[in-house]
Amino acid sequence: MTVDPRSLRASATFPPEVIHEIQRASDEGIYDIRGFGAKRRLPSFDDLVFLGASMSRYPLEGYRERCDTDVVLGTRFAKKPLHLKIPVTIAGMSFGSLGPHAKTAIGKAATAMGTTSTTGDGGMSEEERSSSSTLVYQVLPSRYGLNPDDLRRADAIEIVVGQGAKPGGGGMLLGLKMNPRVAKMRDLPPGVDQRSASRHPDWTGPDDLAIKIQEIREITDWEKPIYIKIGATRTQYDTALAVKSGADVIVLDGMQGGTAATQHVFIEHVGIPTLPAVRLAAEQLREMDMHRKVQLIVSGGIRNGADAAKALALGADAVSIGTAALIALGCNRPAYESDYEALGTRPGFCHHCHTGKCPVGVTTQDPALEARLDPERDARRLRNFLSVMVMEMQTIARACGKSHLLNLEPEDLAALTVEAAAMARLPLAGTTWIPGS
Amino acid sequence: MTEIDLDSVSIRELNQALHDLKPDTNQTHWKARNPRGKHALAVGLEVPVTIEIDGHVGYYCGGMNKEASIVINGQCGWGVGENIMSGTIRVKGNASESAAASGHGGLVIIEGDASSRCGISMKGVDIVVLGSVGHMSAFMGQSGRLVVLGDADEDLGSSLYEAEIYVRGNVASLGADCEEKEMTEEHRAALGELLARAEVDVDPASFKRFGSARKLYHFHVDHADAY
Repeated sequence: MTVDPRSLRASATFPPEVIHEIQRASDEGIYDIRGFGAKRRLPSFDDLVFLGASMSRYPLEGYRERCDTDVVLGTRFAKKPLHLKIPVTIAGMSFGSLGPHAKTAIGKAATAMGTTSTTGDGGMSEEERSSSSTLVYQVLPSRYGLNPDDLRRADAIEIVVGQGAKPGGGGMLLGLKMNPRVAKMRDLPPGVDQRSASRHPDWTGPDDLAIKIQEIREITDWEKPIYIKIGATRTQYDTALAVKSGADVIVLDGMQGGTAATQHVFIEHVGIPTLPAVRLAAEQLREMDMHRKVQLIVSGGIRNGADAAKALALGADAVSIGTAALIALGCNRPAYESDYEALGTRPGFCHHCHTGKCPVGVTTQDPALEARLDPERDARRLRNFLSVMVMEMQTIARACGKSHLLNLEPEDLAALTVEAAAMARLPLAGTTWIPGS
Repeated sequence: MTEIDLDSVSIRELNQALHDLKPDTNQTHWKARNPRGKHALAVGLEVPVTIEIDGHVGYYCGGMNKEASIVINGQCGWGVGENIMSGTIRVKGNASESAAASGHGGLVIIEGDASSRCGISMKGVDIVVLGSVGHMSAFMGQSGRLVVLGDADEDLGSSLYEAEIYVRGNVASLGADCEEKEMTEEHRAALGELLARAEVDVDPASFKRFGSARKLYHFHVDHADAY
């Protein structure tokens, strides 16, 4: 007897993936840990459109009139602020979650484009320092590999309070990726499932953080810009407190931000999307008269020039990309399909960074897999992608009549959905209505 | 000896002067007076000089120290010797929270008591406390040794990796995955050598040794109540 497919009634409450997860949890007795970022549909920059120039606004000629892209970060206190050619930076990703080839490729691409790359939870590798002309050094709760020499040879210092994929959670690196070199850098036994601290060991609140920042400035003779990175949650308060603590730059990571390994429940259910977060942060900075004085870098699900331009229009000074950069390097590229299958996935769906068995050699320490990532070839790919992002941003900015990307403003935007209008505090397209105003 | 009066010299000026020292400097002995609880004193030093601070200091005194020998003739605030890499820090009084937090090397001696989270996240530093330590000391300690001549408060060594803890007095309670270990002749000899370096005359045999049970090194459903 055959089953009539029309008689199969799927449950909206228990769709196949939910049934699968309950059965997996009952089989394995542990929560699902994975890489990548939030996969569910969220209000996003896709829900906004630009209002190009027309009768009431004057556009700039594409290819003929300049639309500048440079940005200066760290102008508040640092003696040596960073002068970037483009307002797109590469987000912090650890050596350990990424292998040396990926770190080298990222550094080369960032250098070629005149922007920064960033270390991660595991210290500074020689590959990233030597390949990246302008490197941001993260100071994380775990303090793995933290030392004053690397602090001094960094170009900026980023104190990580949280990240968008897991605000309130610490790093995680499963034993599969804890090879001898990574373990030595972190001073951990090889093969352990590393669970980083979620709080810094020597400060708790913003009053202490201000003193901590003073100490780091003293150690580095007040030369380096100091960033504070926060995951997007109570963004208006966190922004105010980061300013109060003495940050030169705030890095704000929305819940779409990626991770190499975190509990699925954390990735999908903690934090707020990037769209409302950037508006909250910019609004707070303007209220404190610190907009453009403390620079705002926004990350979390930035995928193209349109996303970046919208973030800038809402008030960011720059954006940061992580997952999109890895995709440019080869993440989820349709190749080595049998290796994806061995992980139980397919190109386009892979989030198995946590296993260390990345089929395309990006998030792995396995030399055989890493060989699939050619630092020169893939640096060129990432460089191409960054270049396309910037050209897309310029296309939009010129259409809005702006001679610099940072001249984009909320007035250039409209929202396509009521929820995006409410979150971004923009009028719903075709109306003057801003929900809540 | 180079003498500095912190009533007239700023923290910035003191630290810059210390950072400008070359390894072969003749200015090998410094004394700073009137610290009055100021923060970030003598941080990020890189040369083998001695600096004595007469009075009480604020947060992060001697932070990230390399090579230098720092003596604090007073009490100190949070994070004394945080992330110390090498050299020695001696506190003649008591230390507040998170003494020697995430220290990667060197030796920190606290002649009085240390507050909670002493040696948190330690990564190779040796810490000798002549008094007692507060709760959650050596939390997530990865390597190095915490030696306590007095008592240890609750949750000692919680989520410990490979740091070693020696306590002479009472331990209120052990934290997750911390257990008492056998004290062998080898451990007694190594501890004796450390106590001698710290200039503490106590019998190493009078200590108990604690370390990681290593049960939380890998996720396991049956350890869920310990996470």
